[in-house]
Amino acid sequence: MEWIKLRSLRSTLWALMLVVVGMVGIGVATMANTRPPSTDAARSLFDPTNNVLAGVALGQLVIGVLGVLAVSAEYSSGTIRSTFAAIPRRPMVLAAKAAVFAVVLLITGEAVCFATFFAGRAALADDVPAPALEEPGVLRAVVLTGAYLAQIGLIGIGLGAIARHTAGAIGALVAVTFVLPLIAVGLTGTTVAKFFPTLIVANSIAVAKPVSDTLAPWTGFCVLCLYTLAALGVGGWLLNRRDA
Amino acid sequence: MISARSLTKRYGTVVAVDGLSFDVPPGAITGFLGPNGAGKSSTLRMILGLDRPDAGSARIDGRPYAALRWPMRAVGALLEARAFHPGRTAYSHLAAMAAGGGLPRSRVDDVLGVVGLADVAGRRAGSFSLGMSQRLGIAAALLGDPAVLLLDEPTNGLDPEGVVWVRQLMRSLTAEGRTVLLSSHLISEVSIVADHVVVIGRGRLLADGSIAELTADGKSLEEVFFGLTADRGRDGRGRPNVGRHQKGRQL
Repeated sequence: MEWIKLRSLRSTLWALMLVVVGMVGIGVATMANTRPPSTDAARSLFDPTNNVLAGVALGQLVIGVLGVLAVSAEYSSGTIRSTFAAIPRRPMVLAAKAAVFAVVLLITGEAVCFATFFAGRAALADDVPAPALEEPGVLRAVVLTGAYLAQIGLIGIGLGAIARHTAGAIGALVAVTFVLPLIAVGLTGTTVAKFFPTLIVANSIAVAKPVSDTLAPWTGFCVLCLYTLAALGVGGWLLNRRDA
Repeated sequence: MISARSLTKRYGTVVAVDGLSFDVPPGAITGFLGPNGAGKSSTLRMILGLDRPDAGSARIDGRPYAALRWPMRAVGALLEARAFHPGRTAYSHLAAMAAGGGLPRSRVDDVLGVVGLADVAGRRAGSFSLGMSQRLGIAAALLGDPAVLLLDEPTNGLDPEGVVWVRQLMRSLTAEGRTVLLSSHLISEVSIVADHVVVIGRGRLLADGSIAELTADGKSLEEVFFGLTADRGRDGRGRPNVGRHQKGRQL
Protein backbone atom coordinates (compact mmCIF):
# COMPACT_ATOMS: atom_id res chain seq x y z
CA MET A 1 0.00 0.00 0.00
CA GLU A 2 2.71 2.45 1.00
CA TRP A 3 4.82 1.51 -2.00
CA ILE A 4 1.92 2.25 -4.35
CA LYS A 5 1.30 5.56 -2.59
CA LEU A 6 4.93 6.60 -2.86
CA ARG A 7 5.49 5.71 -6.48
CA SER A 8 2.12 6.98 -7.71
CA LEU A 9 3.05 10.58 -6.94
CA ARG A 10 5.10 12.50 -9.46
CA SER A 11 6.42 14.71 -6.67
CA THR A 12 8.40 11.73 -5.31
CA LEU A 13 10.34 11.39 -8.52
CA TRP A 14 10.87 15.15 -8.85
CA ALA A 15 12.14 15.43 -5.30
CA LEU A 16 14.60 12.56 -5.72
CA MET A 17 15.81 14.01 -9.02
CA LEU A 18 16.33 17.36 -7.30
CA VAL A 19 18.46 15.60 -4.69
CA VAL A 20 20.57 13.92 -7.37
CA VAL A 21 21.04 17.06 -9.47
CA GLY A 22 21.61 19.29 -6.44
CA MET A 23 24.12 17.05 -4.68
CA VAL A 24 26.09 16.16 -7.80
CA GLY A 25 26.03 19.79 -8.95
CA ILE A 26 27.19 21.18 -5.62
CA GLY A 27 29.84 18.47 -5.34
CA VAL A 28 31.23 19.22 -8.81
CA ALA A 29 31.18 23.00 -8.24
CA THR A 30 32.91 22.68 -4.86
CA MET A 31 35.60 20.38 -6.23
CA ALA A 32 36.19 22.54 -9.30
CA ASN A 33 36.92 25.43 -6.93
CA THR A 34 39.11 23.43 -4.56
CA ARG A 35 42.74 24.68 -4.53
CA PRO A 36 45.66 22.48 -3.56
CA PRO A 37 46.79 22.98 0.07
CA SER A 38 49.86 25.21 0.14
CA THR A 39 51.31 24.53 3.61
CA ASP A 40 52.01 21.34 5.52
CA ALA A 41 49.45 22.32 8.16
CA ALA A 42 46.81 22.82 5.52
CA ARG A 43 47.81 19.55 3.89
CA SER A 44 47.24 17.61 7.10
CA LEU A 45 43.69 19.01 7.37
CA PHE A 46 42.91 18.83 3.64
CA ASP A 47 39.80 16.66 3.23
CA PRO A 48 38.33 16.78 -0.31
CA THR A 49 35.86 14.03 0.66
CA ASN A 50 34.18 16.57 2.93
CA ASN A 51 34.12 19.15 0.12
CA VAL A 52 32.57 16.82 -2.43
CA LEU A 53 29.70 15.87 -0.09
CA ALA A 54 28.82 19.51 0.73
CA GLY A 55 25.53 19.16 -1.16
CA VAL A 56 24.12 16.96 1.61
CA ALA A 57 22.95 20.18 3.27
CA LEU A 58 20.49 20.62 0.39
CA GLY A 59 19.75 16.91 -0.03
CA GLN A 60 18.74 16.49 3.63
CA LEU A 61 16.20 19.29 3.35
CA VAL A 62 14.51 17.91 0.22
CA ILE A 63 14.41 14.36 1.57
CA GLY A 64 13.28 15.52 5.02
CA VAL A 65 10.40 17.41 3.41
CA LEU A 66 9.52 14.33 1.34
CA GLY A 67 9.29 12.35 4.60
CA VAL A 68 7.13 15.03 6.23
CA LEU A 69 4.74 15.13 3.26
CA ALA A 70 4.35 11.34 3.27
CA VAL A 71 2.34 11.77 6.47
CA SER A 72 1.13 15.38 6.50
CA ALA A 73 -0.28 15.25 2.95
CA GLU A 74 -2.43 12.31 4.04
CA TYR A 75 -3.86 14.47 6.80
CA SER A 76 -4.39 17.56 4.64
CA SER A 77 -6.13 15.57 1.89
CA GLY A 78 -8.14 13.31 4.20
CA THR A 79 -6.51 10.16 2.79
CA ILE A 80 -5.43 9.27 6.33
CA ARG A 81 -9.00 8.26 7.20
CA SER A 82 -9.12 5.85 4.25
CA THR A 83 -5.72 4.52 5.29
CA PHE A 84 -6.70 3.95 8.92
CA ALA A 85 -10.05 2.48 7.88
CA ALA A 86 -8.15 -0.04 5.73
CA ILE A 87 -5.54 -0.71 8.43
CA PRO A 88 -6.82 0.12 11.92
CA ARG A 89 -3.45 -0.76 13.49
CA ARG A 90 -1.90 2.67 13.09
CA PRO A 91 1.67 1.96 14.25
CA MET A 92 1.70 -0.70 11.52
CA VAL A 93 0.86 2.00 8.97
CA LEU A 94 3.75 4.16 10.14
CA ALA A 95 6.12 1.20 10.24
CA ALA A 96 5.18 0.23 6.68
CA LYS A 97 5.66 3.81 5.49
CA ALA A 98 9.04 3.98 7.22
CA ALA A 99 10.15 0.63 5.78
CA VAL A 100 9.25 1.60 2.20
CA PHE A 101 10.95 4.97 2.61
CA ALA A 102 14.03 3.42 4.19
CA VAL A 103 14.59 1.10 1.22
CA VAL A 104 13.92 3.75 -1.45
CA LEU A 105 15.98 6.43 0.30
CA LEU A 106 18.87 4.14 1.14
CA ILE A 107 19.20 3.09 -2.50
CA THR A 108 18.83 6.71 -3.68
CA GLY A 109 21.14 8.05 -0.97
CA GLU A 110 23.95 5.61 -1.69
CA ALA A 111 23.61 6.05 -5.44
CA VAL A 112 23.67 9.83 -5.24
CA CYS A 113 26.60 9.92 -2.80
CA PHE A 114 28.76 7.62 -4.92
CA ALA A 115 27.79 9.49 -8.09
CA THR A 116 28.64 12.79 -6.39
CA PHE A 117 31.98 11.44 -5.19
CA PHE A 118 33.09 10.25 -8.63
CA ALA A 119 31.71 13.27 -10.52
CA GLY A 120 33.28 15.68 -8.03
CA ARG A 121 36.63 13.89 -8.12
CA ALA A 122 36.67 14.13 -11.91
CA ALA A 123 36.14 17.89 -11.62
CA LEU A 124 39.23 18.40 -9.44
CA ALA A 125 42.10 20.41 -10.94
CA ASP A 126 45.13 18.31 -11.91
CA ASP A 127 47.35 19.73 -9.17
CA VAL A 128 44.93 18.86 -6.34
CA PRO A 129 45.45 15.50 -4.61
CA ALA A 130 42.36 13.44 -5.48
CA PRO A 131 40.61 11.34 -2.82
CA ALA A 132 40.25 7.59 -3.36
CA LEU A 133 37.80 5.13 -1.79
CA GLU A 134 40.79 3.02 -0.66
CA GLU A 135 42.10 5.79 1.58
CA PRO A 136 41.16 5.53 5.25
CA GLY A 137 37.73 6.87 6.10
CA VAL A 138 36.70 7.80 2.56
CA LEU A 139 34.45 4.83 1.79
CA ARG A 140 32.90 5.10 5.26
CA ALA A 141 32.22 8.81 4.72
CA VAL A 142 30.44 8.22 1.41
CA VAL A 143 28.41 5.22 2.61
CA LEU A 144 27.29 6.84 5.88
CA THR A 145 26.35 10.09 4.14
CA GLY A 146 24.06 8.04 1.88
CA ALA A 147 22.58 6.39 4.95
CA TYR A 148 22.13 9.81 6.57
CA LEU A 149 19.77 10.82 3.76
CA ALA A 150 17.58 7.82 4.60
CA GLN A 151 17.73 8.72 8.31
CA ILE A 152 16.65 12.32 7.78
CA GLY A 153 13.78 11.08 5.57
CA LEU A 154 12.56 8.83 8.39
CA ILE A 155 12.96 11.68 10.91
CA GLY A 156 10.76 13.70 8.51
CA ILE A 157 8.10 10.95 8.63
CA GLY A 158 8.24 11.02 12.43
CA LEU A 159 7.90 14.82 12.49
CA GLY A 160 5.00 14.59 10.04
CA ALA A 161 3.21 12.11 12.32
CA ILE A 162 3.86 14.28 15.36
CA ALA A 163 2.81 17.63 13.83
CA ARG A 164 0.27 16.31 11.24
CA HIS A 165 0.39 19.71 9.51
CA THR A 166 2.83 20.29 6.67
CA ALA A 167 3.87 23.79 7.68
CA GLY A 168 4.47 22.91 11.33
CA ALA A 169 6.43 19.76 10.53
CA ILE A 170 8.61 21.47 7.91
CA GLY A 171 9.19 24.30 10.37
CA ALA A 172 10.37 21.76 12.94
CA LEU A 173 12.58 20.09 10.33
CA VAL A 174 14.23 23.38 9.34
CA ALA A 175 14.62 24.33 13.01
CA VAL A 176 16.36 21.06 13.81
CA THR A 177 18.58 21.01 10.73
CA PHE A 178 19.48 24.71 10.34
CA VAL A 179 18.15 27.18 12.90
CA LEU A 180 18.80 25.54 16.27
CA PRO A 181 22.36 24.36 15.49
CA LEU A 182 23.26 27.91 14.39
CA ILE A 183 21.93 29.31 17.65
CA ALA A 184 23.74 26.59 19.59
CA VAL A 185 27.01 27.35 17.82
CA GLY A 186 26.58 31.03 18.66
CA LEU A 187 25.87 30.37 22.33
CA THR A 188 28.09 27.44 23.28
CA GLY A 189 30.30 26.64 20.30
CA THR A 190 30.25 22.97 19.38
CA THR A 191 29.42 21.68 22.89
CA VAL A 192 25.70 21.36 22.11
CA ALA A 193 25.74 22.00 18.39
CA LYS A 194 27.72 18.86 17.63
CA PHE A 195 24.63 16.78 18.51
CA PHE A 196 22.46 18.31 15.76
CA PRO A 197 22.02 16.21 12.59
CA THR A 198 23.46 18.78 10.19
CA LEU A 199 26.67 19.13 12.19
CA ILE A 200 26.91 15.39 12.70
CA VAL A 201 26.78 14.81 8.96
CA ALA A 202 29.05 17.75 8.09
CA ASN A 203 31.71 17.21 10.76
CA SER A 204 31.47 13.60 11.89
CA ILE A 205 30.16 11.55 8.97
CA ALA A 206 31.02 13.18 5.65
CA VAL A 207 34.70 13.45 6.63
CA ALA A 208 37.69 11.22 6.01
CA LYS A 209 39.84 13.05 8.58
CA PRO A 210 38.45 13.65 12.06
CA VAL A 211 37.43 17.20 12.99
CA SER A 212 38.38 18.25 16.52
CA ASP A 213 35.65 18.61 19.17
CA THR A 214 32.98 16.72 17.23
CA LEU A 215 31.47 13.26 17.55
CA ALA A 216 33.37 10.28 16.14
CA PRO A 217 31.87 8.99 12.84
CA TRP A 218 30.21 5.88 14.20
CA THR A 219 29.12 7.66 17.39
CA GLY A 220 27.46 10.28 15.22
CA PHE A 221 25.78 7.58 13.15
CA CYS A 222 24.45 5.87 16.29
CA VAL A 223 23.13 9.18 17.66
CA LEU A 224 21.28 9.71 14.37
CA CYS A 225 19.83 6.19 14.62
CA LEU A 226 18.52 7.09 18.08
CA TYR A 227 16.94 10.30 16.75
CA THR A 228 15.29 8.32 13.95
CA LEU A 229 13.86 5.72 16.31
CA ALA A 230 12.72 8.42 18.73
CA ALA A 231 10.94 10.44 16.02
CA LEU A 232 9.18 7.35 14.64
CA GLY A 233 8.40 6.02 18.12
CA VAL A 234 6.81 9.26 19.33
CA GLY A 235 5.01 9.67 15.99
CA GLY A 236 3.58 6.14 16.12
CA TRP A 237 2.53 6.55 19.73
CA LEU A 238 0.74 9.84 18.99
CA LEU A 239 -0.98 8.41 15.88
CA ASN A 240 -2.42 5.69 18.05
CA ARG A 241 -3.54 8.03 20.79
CA ARG A 242 -5.13 10.79 18.77
CA ASP A 243 -8.32 10.90 16.72
CA ALA A 244 -7.75 10.66 12.98
CA MET B 1 -25.53 -4.95 12.02
CA ILE B 2 -24.17 -1.73 13.50
CA SER B 3 -24.97 -1.02 17.11
CA ALA B 4 -24.06 2.04 19.15
CA ARG B 5 -24.34 1.89 22.92
CA SER B 6 -24.12 5.01 25.12
CA LEU B 7 -21.69 6.44 22.61
CA THR B 8 -20.18 9.68 23.94
CA LYS B 9 -17.61 12.04 22.47
CA ARG B 10 -16.38 15.33 23.89
CA TYR B 11 -14.15 17.86 22.16
CA GLY B 12 -12.85 20.03 24.96
CA THR B 13 -15.99 21.29 26.74
CA VAL B 14 -18.30 20.59 23.81
CA VAL B 15 -20.22 17.32 23.98
CA ALA B 16 -20.55 16.28 20.34
CA VAL B 17 -22.17 12.90 20.98
CA ASP B 18 -24.02 12.37 24.24
CA GLY B 19 -24.91 8.84 25.31
CA LEU B 20 -26.16 7.81 21.88
CA SER B 21 -27.60 4.30 21.46
CA PHE B 22 -29.18 2.91 18.30
CA ASP B 23 -29.13 -0.10 15.99
CA VAL B 24 -28.86 -0.12 12.23
CA PRO B 25 -30.81 -3.14 10.99
CA PRO B 26 -29.31 -5.27 8.20
CA GLY B 27 -30.72 -5.43 4.68
CA ALA B 28 -32.21 -1.96 4.81
CA ILE B 29 -31.38 1.68 4.21
CA THR B 30 -31.30 3.59 7.47
CA GLY B 31 -31.35 7.37 7.24
CA PHE B 32 -29.17 9.16 9.79
CA LEU B 33 -30.63 12.63 10.21
CA GLY B 34 -29.75 15.65 12.27
CA PRO B 35 -29.02 19.34 11.92
CA ASN B 36 -25.48 20.49 11.20
CA GLY B 37 -23.33 19.90 14.25
CA ALA B 38 -25.69 17.26 15.66
CA GLY B 39 -22.85 14.74 15.91
CA LYS B 40 -23.50 12.63 12.79
CA SER B 41 -19.96 12.75 11.45
CA SER B 42 -18.43 12.17 14.89
CA THR B 43 -20.64 9.12 15.28
CA LEU B 44 -19.57 7.75 11.88
CA ARG B 45 -15.91 8.30 12.75
CA MET B 46 -16.34 6.43 16.02
CA ILE B 47 -18.04 3.52 14.23
CA LEU B 48 -14.97 3.35 11.96
CA GLY B 49 -12.54 3.48 14.88
CA LEU B 50 -11.11 6.79 13.65
CA ASP B 51 -12.16 8.71 16.76
CA ARG B 52 -12.01 7.15 20.19
CA PRO B 53 -15.28 7.40 22.18
CA ASP B 54 -15.00 8.97 25.64
CA ALA B 55 -17.62 6.46 26.78
CA GLY B 56 -19.75 3.72 25.27
CA SER B 57 -19.00 1.70 22.18
CA ALA B 58 -19.88 1.14 18.56
CA ARG B 59 -19.82 -2.38 17.21
CA ILE B 60 -20.18 -4.06 13.86
CA ASP B 61 -21.63 -7.54 14.12
CA GLY B 62 -20.64 -7.47 17.76
CA ARG B 63 -17.04 -6.41 17.30
CA PRO B 64 -15.34 -3.03 17.47
CA TYR B 65 -14.10 -1.89 14.07
CA ALA B 66 -10.43 -2.25 14.96
CA ALA B 67 -11.00 -5.90 15.91
CA LEU B 68 -12.44 -6.86 12.52
CA ARG B 69 -10.31 -9.36 10.64
CA TRP B 70 -10.88 -7.73 7.24
CA PRO B 71 -12.26 -4.27 7.96
CA MET B 72 -12.68 -3.20 4.34
CA ARG B 73 -14.59 -6.38 3.52
CA ALA B 74 -16.92 -5.75 6.46
CA VAL B 75 -17.50 -2.01 6.19
CA GLY B 76 -17.11 0.50 3.37
CA ALA B 77 -17.32 4.19 4.10
CA LEU B 78 -17.67 7.47 2.27
CA LEU B 79 -16.93 10.16 4.82
CA GLU B 80 -15.99 13.13 2.66
CA ALA B 81 -15.54 13.84 -1.01
CA ARG B 82 -11.97 14.52 -2.12
CA ALA B 83 -10.42 12.32 0.57
CA PHE B 84 -7.54 11.53 -1.75
CA HIS B 85 -4.21 13.04 -2.73
CA PRO B 86 -4.93 15.37 -5.66
CA GLY B 87 -1.73 14.31 -7.45
CA ARG B 88 -2.60 10.62 -7.52
CA THR B 89 -4.69 9.04 -10.26
CA ALA B 90 -8.07 7.57 -9.39
CA TYR B 91 -6.69 4.14 -10.23
CA SER B 92 -3.62 4.49 -8.00
CA HIS B 93 -5.70 5.80 -5.10
CA LEU B 94 -7.96 2.74 -5.26
CA ALA B 95 -5.02 0.39 -5.90
CA ALA B 96 -3.27 1.64 -2.74
CA MET B 97 -6.46 1.19 -0.71
CA ALA B 98 -6.99 -2.30 -2.13
CA ALA B 99 -3.43 -3.24 -1.20
CA GLY B 100 -3.94 -1.88 2.32
CA GLY B 101 -7.16 -3.82 2.75
CA GLY B 102 -5.72 -7.05 1.39
CA LEU B 103 -8.06 -7.00 -1.61
CA PRO B 104 -7.31 -8.28 -5.12
CA ARG B 105 -6.33 -5.63 -7.66
CA SER B 106 -9.21 -6.75 -9.89
CA ARG B 107 -11.62 -5.06 -7.46
CA VAL B 108 -10.26 -1.67 -8.58
CA ASP B 109 -11.47 -2.21 -12.15
CA ASP B 110 -14.74 -3.64 -10.84
CA VAL B 111 -15.63 -0.59 -8.75
CA LEU B 112 -14.38 1.91 -11.34
CA GLY B 113 -16.88 0.29 -13.70
CA VAL B 114 -19.69 0.41 -11.16
CA VAL B 115 -19.30 4.15 -10.51
CA GLY B 116 -18.65 5.00 -14.18
CA LEU B 117 -15.10 6.32 -13.82
CA ALA B 118 -13.33 3.63 -15.87
CA ASP B 119 -12.59 6.09 -18.69
CA VAL B 120 -10.90 8.63 -16.42
CA ALA B 121 -9.13 6.20 -14.07
CA GLY B 122 -5.72 7.35 -15.31
CA ARG B 123 -6.40 11.02 -14.63
CA ARG B 124 -5.13 12.78 -11.55
CA ALA B 125 -7.97 12.88 -9.05
CA GLY B 126 -7.26 16.51 -8.24
CA SER B 127 -8.66 17.43 -11.66
CA PHE B 128 -12.03 15.80 -10.90
CA SER B 129 -15.25 17.74 -10.44
CA LEU B 130 -17.03 17.40 -7.11
CA GLY B 131 -19.42 14.90 -8.67
CA MET B 132 -16.57 12.75 -10.00
CA SER B 133 -14.79 12.97 -6.64
CA GLN B 134 -17.97 11.76 -5.00
CA ARG B 135 -18.11 8.81 -7.38
CA LEU B 136 -14.48 8.01 -6.56
CA GLY B 137 -15.36 8.11 -2.86
CA ILE B 138 -18.25 5.72 -3.48
CA ALA B 139 -15.90 3.45 -5.46
CA ALA B 140 -13.55 3.38 -2.47
CA ALA B 141 -16.45 2.46 -0.18
CA LEU B 142 -17.46 -0.42 -2.48
CA LEU B 143 -13.89 -1.70 -2.91
CA GLY B 144 -14.05 -4.44 -0.28
CA ASP B 145 -17.51 -5.62 -1.42
CA PRO B 146 -18.62 -4.87 2.16
CA ALA B 147 -21.77 -6.01 3.93
CA VAL B 148 -22.16 -2.62 5.60
CA LEU B 149 -21.90 0.81 3.95
CA LEU B 150 -21.62 4.13 5.74
CA LEU B 151 -22.36 6.98 3.35
CA ASP B 152 -22.09 10.59 4.49
CA GLU B 153 -23.94 12.91 2.07
CA PRO B 154 -23.27 10.66 -0.95
CA THR B 155 -25.32 12.82 -3.33
CA ASN B 156 -23.41 16.00 -2.50
CA GLY B 157 -22.26 17.62 -5.75
CA LEU B 158 -23.93 15.06 -8.01
CA ASP B 159 -26.15 16.12 -10.88
CA PRO B 160 -29.79 14.91 -10.94
CA GLU B 161 -28.79 11.85 -12.93
CA GLY B 162 -26.09 11.08 -10.36
CA VAL B 163 -28.55 11.49 -7.49
CA VAL B 164 -30.92 8.97 -9.06
CA TRP B 165 -27.95 6.66 -9.69
CA VAL B 166 -26.93 6.76 -6.00
CA ARG B 167 -30.52 6.04 -4.98
CA GLN B 168 -30.67 2.99 -7.25
CA LEU B 169 -27.23 1.86 -6.10
CA MET B 170 -28.28 1.98 -2.44
CA ARG B 171 -31.49 0.10 -3.22
CA SER B 172 -29.65 -2.61 -5.15
CA LEU B 173 -27.10 -2.94 -2.33
CA THR B 174 -29.81 -3.51 0.26
CA ALA B 175 -31.63 -5.85 -2.10
CA GLU B 176 -28.47 -7.99 -1.91
CA GLY B 177 -28.89 -8.04 1.85
CA ARG B 178 -26.39 -5.29 2.69
CA THR B 179 -26.81 -2.64 5.34
CA VAL B 180 -26.69 1.02 4.38
CA LEU B 181 -26.42 3.90 6.84
CA LEU B 182 -27.16 7.10 4.92
CA SER B 183 -26.12 10.18 6.82
CA SER B 184 -27.61 13.37 5.48
CA HIS B 185 -29.30 16.60 6.30
CA LEU B 186 -31.38 16.36 3.15
CA ILE B 187 -34.63 15.12 4.63
CA SER B 188 -36.37 14.78 1.27
CA GLU B 189 -33.54 12.61 -0.07
CA VAL B 190 -33.67 10.36 3.00
CA SER B 191 -37.46 10.12 2.90
CA ILE B 192 -37.31 8.86 -0.70
CA VAL B 193 -34.93 5.97 -0.10
CA ALA B 194 -34.76 5.10 3.59
CA ASP B 195 -36.78 2.38 5.27
CA HIS B 196 -35.79 3.44 8.73
CA VAL B 197 -34.49 6.65 10.29
CA VAL B 198 -32.37 7.60 13.27
CA VAL B 199 -32.69 11.28 14.17
CA ILE B 200 -30.18 12.97 16.44
CA GLY B 201 -29.75 16.50 17.76
CA ARG B 202 -27.10 17.85 20.12
CA GLY B 203 -25.57 14.40 20.08
CA ARG B 204 -28.66 12.78 21.56
CA LEU B 205 -31.14 10.36 20.07
CA LEU B 206 -34.39 12.14 19.15
CA ALA B 207 -36.14 9.39 17.20
CA ASP B 208 -35.47 5.89 15.95
CA GLY B 209 -37.98 3.98 13.88
CA SER B 210 -39.38 3.20 10.48
CA ILE B 211 -40.56 6.10 8.37
CA ALA B 212 -44.06 4.64 8.45
CA GLU B 213 -44.08 4.77 12.26
CA LEU B 214 -42.70 8.30 12.48
CA THR B 215 -45.14 9.71 9.97
CA ALA B 216 -48.13 7.71 11.22
CA ASP B 217 -50.10 10.82 12.27
CA GLY B 218 -50.11 12.18 8.73
CA LYS B 219 -47.16 14.58 9.07
CA SER B 220 -44.36 14.58 6.54
CA LEU B 221 -40.90 13.44 7.60
CA GLU B 222 -39.80 17.06 7.32
CA GLU B 223 -42.50 18.21 9.76
CA VAL B 224 -41.58 15.43 12.14
CA PHE B 225 -37.91 16.41 11.91
CA PHE B 226 -38.56 20.08 12.71
CA GLY B 227 -40.87 19.08 15.54
CA LEU B 228 -38.08 16.96 17.02
CA THR B 229 -35.28 19.49 16.55
CA ALA B 230 -37.15 22.77 17.22
CA ASP B 231 -36.86 22.65 21.01
CA ARG B 232 -33.16 21.95 20.60
CA GLY B 233 -32.55 25.39 19.19
CA ARG B 234 -30.11 26.43 21.88
CA ASP B 235 -26.56 25.32 22.10
CA GLY B 236 -25.01 24.02 25.28
CA ARG B 237 -24.17 27.51 26.54
CA GLY B 238 -27.73 28.75 26.27
CA ARG B 239 -27.28 30.94 23.20
CA PRO B 240 -30.12 30.73 20.73
CA ASN B 241 -29.23 29.15 17.42
CA VAL B 242 -31.13 31.61 15.27
CA GLY B 243 -31.19 29.79 11.94
CA ARG B 244 -32.39 26.55 13.33
CA HIS B 245 -34.92 28.13 15.66
CA GLN B 246 -36.54 30.14 12.92
CA LYS B 247 -36.92 27.07 10.76
CA GLY B 248 -38.72 25.41 13.63
CA ARG B 249 -41.09 28.32 14.07
CA GLN B 250 -42.05 28.46 10.45
CA LEU B 251 -44.12 25.34 10.89
